[in-house]
Amino acid sequence: MSTNTTNSLSGVLCSFAFAGVITALMTAIFIVESQLLIAGVLLGTIGAIVISSKFGVTSIILKSLGENENLSNALAVLVTLALIVIFYDDHYVLFILCTILLYSVTVLGLNIQLGYAGLINFSGAAFFGVGGYTAAVLSQYHSIPPILTLVIGGIIAAIVGSILLLPILRTSGHYSALVTLAFALLFKVFLDVNDSLGGAQGVDVGSFTLFGWDFGNDITIGSYDVSFYVPYVLASLVMLCVVFFFVRRIERSWIGLCLDSVRIDEVSSSCFGINIVRWKIVAFTIGNFVAGLSGALYASILGYISPANFSFGDSLMFLSILLLGGIGNLWGTIIATAIVVVLPEKFQVIQEYRLFIYSTLVLLMIVYRPVGLLPRKTRTYRPGESS
Amino acid sequence: MDISLLAQFTVNGLMLGMMYALVAVGFTLFFGVLDIIVFSHGDVVMVGAFAALTGHYWLTGIYPDMSMWVELFFISCISIITVAAFGMIMAKTMILRLRSASPLNTLLATMMLGTVLREAVRLFFPGGSNPKPFPVLLPDISASFGDFTLRFDSVILFVLGALLIVSLHLLITKTKLGMAIRAVAQDEETARLMGVNFTLIVLITFAIGSAVAAFAGVMNGLYYNEINFGMGLLLGAIGFSAAIIGGLGNIYGAILGGFLFAGLQTLGAVAMPFASAYKDVFAFGVVILIMAWKPTGLIAEKTSERV
Repeated sequence: MSTNTTNSLSGVLCSFAFAGVITALMTAIFIVESQLLIAGVLLGTIGAIVISSKFGVTSIILKSLGENENLSNALAVLVTLALIVIFYDDHYVLFILCTILLYSVTVLGLNIQLGYAGLINFSGAAFFGVGGYTAAVLSQYHSIPPILTLVIGGIIAAIVGSILLLPILRTSGHYSALVTLAFALLFKVFLDVNDSLGGAQGVDVGSFTLFGWDFGNDITIGSYDVSFYVPYVLASLVMLCVVFFFVRRIERSWIGLCLDSVRIDEVSSSCFGINIVRWKIVAFTIGNFVAGLSGALYASILGYISPANFSFGDSLMFLSILLLGGIGNLWGTIIATAIVVVLPEKFQVIQEYRLFIYSTLVLLMIVYRPVGLLPRKTRTYRPGESS
Repeated sequence: MDISLLAQFTVNGLMLGMMYALVAVGFTLFFGVLDIIVFSHGDVVMVGAFAALTGHYWLTGIYPDMSMWVELFFISCISIITVAAFGMIMAKTMILRLRSASPLNTLLATMMLGTVLREAVRLFFPGGSNPKPFPVLLPDISASFGDFTLRFDSVILFVLGALLIVSLHLLITKTKLGMAIRAVAQDEETARLMGVNFTLIVLITFAIGSAVAAFAGVMNGLYYNEINFGMGLLLGAIGFSAAIIGGLGNIYGAILGGFLFAGLQTLGAVAMPFASAYKDVFAFGVVILIMAWKPTGLIAEKTSERV
């Protein structure tokens, strides 16, 4: 945080320029309808990245972003706000934005588990769904304020996750993978056959009401009709900011050090007096809480959820996003989420082949570049120190 | 509980158990030689069923009035040979490259491979997104004992499956090839030093495991008379669970696990007649409990923790 020592003017300008470019790029991707043009934009982007990394521009941008971390974070928020302002009346784009933001939150939760503590969780979508179904049940009681609904969603997810704690703590490796995998399948089947939660047909989720104002209605400000998604996007953005800040703090604190050490070598960590069991419980519970939190908000935005939203395939998608972005790298996570969510939505040609192409890409990625797009850097203990 | 109903449930459970055991054996074989979970194995079963169906279309196109038994023999051969070859190609191009990756990456990669197979069948097999009827190739005879009906085709399938498992057991324990497989599973480097061709043995193991999976696929099709592109996911998950609760790397453990899982599902359906839809929830719930009780499976791997 105290990295402002090398806060050069050119670095600041560079960061601003980059934010401008990203905003323009996202706007272009959202506006363009023709499939050919989208392909052109995408190819152009890839070409620009390749060329700029050839001439060292990428490293300059990354360096200036890394040097002014507070500024970069603020710029990211600004970019999102700018996109909201540009597309203030476009339901579809705003919904995609919500999805990106909330999926990122969930993957950040998984990141605490896998990236820091090294706990594999194949039931991310299940905990996401626990939050969602909690919101669905709670939305029948109008007296509960939305913020409380979200927190309760997270808490219920954490409690459900605590059932798995004992087997997870006792097992390791593939055996531990089976526990969460079995839970993911169990959860989906349970929802499918359970009538009181709507069964396979799903269940309606009431929209948020705050001070008598229903989030489900469009808003009119002056002569502008603003989409009802705008408050939701803002809420998602706030949630992502809070969770991002929180996860970043965990990573940089002694807690993060303990978690890293538990992941890398259990035996030596316990020799140093680190309580492995405690940190695994902490990481697993926080991760599930965060997943439940975002699931509750996502369900309220969708207005209707069904077991199909929380299948094993979705858990796999969350894990793949984490892997694509580079395990442990928070920005990588958010970028990877944006790519995974936006591409199939805009690139309608591949809609039918979406899963096929996407799983092939992840497969190739794991075989040829297992560290992800932006691998996590080794910890720097002092600002500016190169590791 | 009516005794004939009980017998019916037992027979159904045994059939399911045989199928699961055949799938689980593949998981445990692959884990033995490479220390990798190949999660796409369930989808290989599905590919086996579809290969047999393709063989059926092709054969009935050429010889419309072929006898049932001959056709069954030929489509099983077609399915087993193509899938065994496919398994070898998969191992050569994909799995062997993953050996240095972390366990999570390999698990995720093979899950993605399974998705690729599933989607490929859905998209590129004619009408692949709908359930396909599987030809009836076994005589539709059944013997009734009161309320209990014993289907003749189930008996044949069960006996064939049992024969396959016994021959696999003999192959692993009695032949030179089996000895090489066991040697590679025990210690790769020492096996190499003893003159075992590591890559060849791995490829052969994948061919064997995939062939067994193909047979399980044909068996599945004949038993349910219907196959669909998505059946591999649950079969794979169940096979994986069975291999794990039995103890990885141990063929008997996998067989035990397969029958145990089928037993749990049947028990779930019998013990909770009011909620038989919850049988999978029950079975997976017990799997989680078993993991809490025996963290390395019922028949534990013989490993020493090196610190």
